[in-house]
Amino acid sequence: MDILSNLAMGLSIALSPYTLVLAIVGCFVGTIIGALPGLGPSNGVALLIPISFSLGLDAISALVLLTSVYYGAMYGGRISSILLNIPGDEPAMMTTLDGYPMARQGMAGEALVVSGVASFVGAFLATVGLMVFAPYLARVAYQFGPAEYFALYMLAFCTLGGIGSSNQAKAALAAAIGLAIAMIGLDKTTGMPRFTFGELHLMDGVDFLVAIVGLFAVAEIFHFIESHGRDSAIGVKLGKILVPWKMLRQTSGAMLRGSGIGFIAGVLPGAGASLGSFLAYMGEKSAASDKDSFGRGNPRGVAAPEAGNNAAAGGALVPMLTLGVPGSGTTAVLLALLLTLNITPGPLLFTERPEVVWSLIASLLVANVVLLLMNVPMVKVFVKILSVPAWVLLPGVTMIAFVGIYSLTGSSFDMLMMVGFGVLGYVMRKLDIPTVPVILGILLGNSMEDNLRRAMVLSDGDWTYLFSSPIALGLWIAAIMGFVAPIFLRRFLKKPPLPATDPTLNED
Amino acid sequence: MKIIVRGAALALLTSVALPASAAECIAPANPGGGWDFTCRQIGRIMTELELVPNMVQVTNLAGAGGGVAYAQVVSKRSDDPELFVAASSATTTRLAQDAFAGATADQVRWVGSIGGDPGVIVVAKDSPIQGLNDLVEAVKADPGSVAFAGGSAVGGFDHLKVLMLLGDAGVEDMRKIKYIGMDGGADAITQTVGGFAQAMTGDMSEITGFIRSGDVRPIAVLSEERVAGFDDVPTAKEQGVDTVAMNWRGIYVPKDISDEDYQRWVDHLTAVGQSEQWQTVMAENGLEPYLVTGAEFQSFVDENIAEIQELSREIGLLK
Repeated sequence: MDILSNLAMGLSIALSPYTLVLAIVGCFVGTIIGALPGLGPSNGVALLIPISFSLGLDAISALVLLTSVYYGAMYGGRISSILLNIPGDEPAMMTTLDGYPMARQGMAGEALVVSGVASFVGAFLATVGLMVFAPYLARVAYQFGPAEYFALYMLAFCTLGGIGSSNQAKAALAAAIGLAIAMIGLDKTTGMPRFTFGELHLMDGVDFLVAIVGLFAVAEIFHFIESHGRDSAIGVKLGKILVPWKMLRQTSGAMLRGSGIGFIAGVLPGAGASLGSFLAYMGEKSAASDKDSFGRGNPRGVAAPEAGNNAAAGGALVPMLTLGVPGSGTTAVLLALLLTLNITPGPLLFTERPEVVWSLIASLLVANVVLLLMNVPMVKVFVKILSVPAWVLLPGVTMIAFVGIYSLTGSSFDMLMMVGFGVLGYVMRKLDIPTVPVILGILLGNSMEDNLRRAMVLSDGDWTYLFSSPIALGLWIAAIMGFVAPIFLRRFLKKPPLPATDPTLNED
Repeated sequence: MKIIVRGAALALLTSVALPASAAECIAPANPGGGWDFTCRQIGRIMTELELVPNMVQVTNLAGAGGGVAYAQVVSKRSDDPELFVAASSATTTRLAQDAFAGATADQVRWVGSIGGDPGVIVVAKDSPIQGLNDLVEAVKADPGSVAFAGGSAVGGFDHLKVLMLLGDAGVEDMRKIKYIGMDGGADAITQTVGGFAQAMTGDMSEITGFIRSGDVRPIAVLSEERVAGFDDVPTAKEQGVDTVAMNWRGIYVPKDISDEDYQRWVDHLTAVGQSEQWQTVMAENGLEPYLVTGAEFQSFVDENIAEIQELSREIGLLK
């Protein structure tokens, strides 16, 4: 009952007409920020911090505004993933895999509704999880040392091969490219710069947002120019939007499983929303009987990652609030906001500042409901923004991509690098190499390497340390199963027919 | 509706790209970090004290741990009298280790430090290590048995604190000291509470919550005197090791401004440092008074850099 009375207190603070208006504005702005390629939840929130200061908002109002933007951006990322094949932000990347094929088959409306509901389910369950379990879950982080984290990333990498539906070797090649890019920058274990060639801008490594916008948005623009707009992603028609109840029922299992996986990934500091949506997608795919339909517009392939990334966004708040450890880029920015409001997250936050915690939770719930209402019946409004003629949209996307990347660090170097990634993405598309594993390589490679190196420092180079705890062992077994099992299973099952060239994916 | 949407998007974009006005503070990191904090608080108080005519414009220029901002100030804005830049121990550490692509500390003018975050060493609550002497003995007996976790990379300030402390305590071989660099102080505490590392090195402000909740036990604070509010935490000095390591927060200005302009910034910073508003900010954020300005601060920076260079050579980070 404690929880309910606390929640009532939180709602009473967070539900004044003024904060409600802030929540609606935040959700709206957040959805747009999320939908625009290059502007993701972390720079969206970062951009709004100074604005909320200049508006003179008090702590609670600022929190309501920024969490609404945060959740809004998590919802919005899927819109451009589905309609343009350009992920609006990094966690929405997995949604392109099935969402865009669905849109090509004339089911854009269904994909948007399913993913919107999945986002709600994921975010809602995660908020409930945060409410009920946060104090206990904080302890989970203490169980994860370098060896355990390394095994967790290994698990993610072992399932990577399954991502490209046709050619696993190409997926592995792409992941290797990503890993190589991840090596650029300052090496934490020796303090030495690697592959920076004396260039200061490379010291911090390659920002994965630069890579995503380049590989997806800029490459799409190149492709559009080459094909004069034929077969391009731009200009998907959107029919009347009806709520596809049957499809929602079919995907409800995927949403629940995705939420569960995503929440756990979110709770672990350092894993974050992208890993959450990735594992949710791969989990759903490996559990499905119709694996081949994934990557070609399976609604479950939209529901699982969307539920996963939104649940991870909620889960990431657990270590942020209870330990002060940000689980993702966005929670890092929210943490910074709390610190500037003189609220120090840590083990005592729940007992010392309950009004802050519970109004934050209440505002998450409010934002969620607002977003569901905004994203399902009103999805056309957002789609309208993206469905203007190509000659308007493309320069717009290009401009926003450049502005978004420039706003990251304020340097033109990143913009040049983004164009470089665009060329790489274009070439890879010509060679039919998937680009998603490149991003995952960049995203996970650094943490995987850092944790391996830390483990080696701690154990004086004894590699058995990597298998020294039950959690690590369990993760290793899961990783090996994920990698080896498909090879054997294939032998038992009938030799699958060669995947017919998919007209929606390989027409170039 | 469409127009509103586009209007909102446009407003959002233009708000990012406001033109710079009078006084400007560059925070060499993204919003939210320590440098951003320094800029925003000093800027706010300067405005409140009416030292500057308008709001101080804060520009975030992240990259290379402050290196991008440093390079830009040196190469492009070396004579801008209205510009100041947030700095801390991390800035001088990286300058000392030549991590700013050849830039050196004498390419800017150091105005002063306005507060400091004392270094602290903590262990998990159930650790057998009771005091600084236990820790030093354990490291001397078997350096491999004590792994330190900190929030900076190898060679960063959290690492150097441990090296300074153990060096002063008589530990000979710096290379044998085990250190793992985590992504921030809270991460390092998690690893220590979880038992993966035996001790954690960080700034006082990062750890206060964990000290009060009892998850970790501080064994030494690296300040001249005990820290207010944590009066039962002994200094390293009291325990016989004379090490002071403050993560100072301060500012520098471009090199080619006039002496009057430099003195103006020194006066402004002193005024802010003595203001009531700043005392409140420090108390709320776990900072200790550390007001060193002008020529005195210049020489502090020089000594600091020399010391870090020596340590970095010992661990092989500098040739």
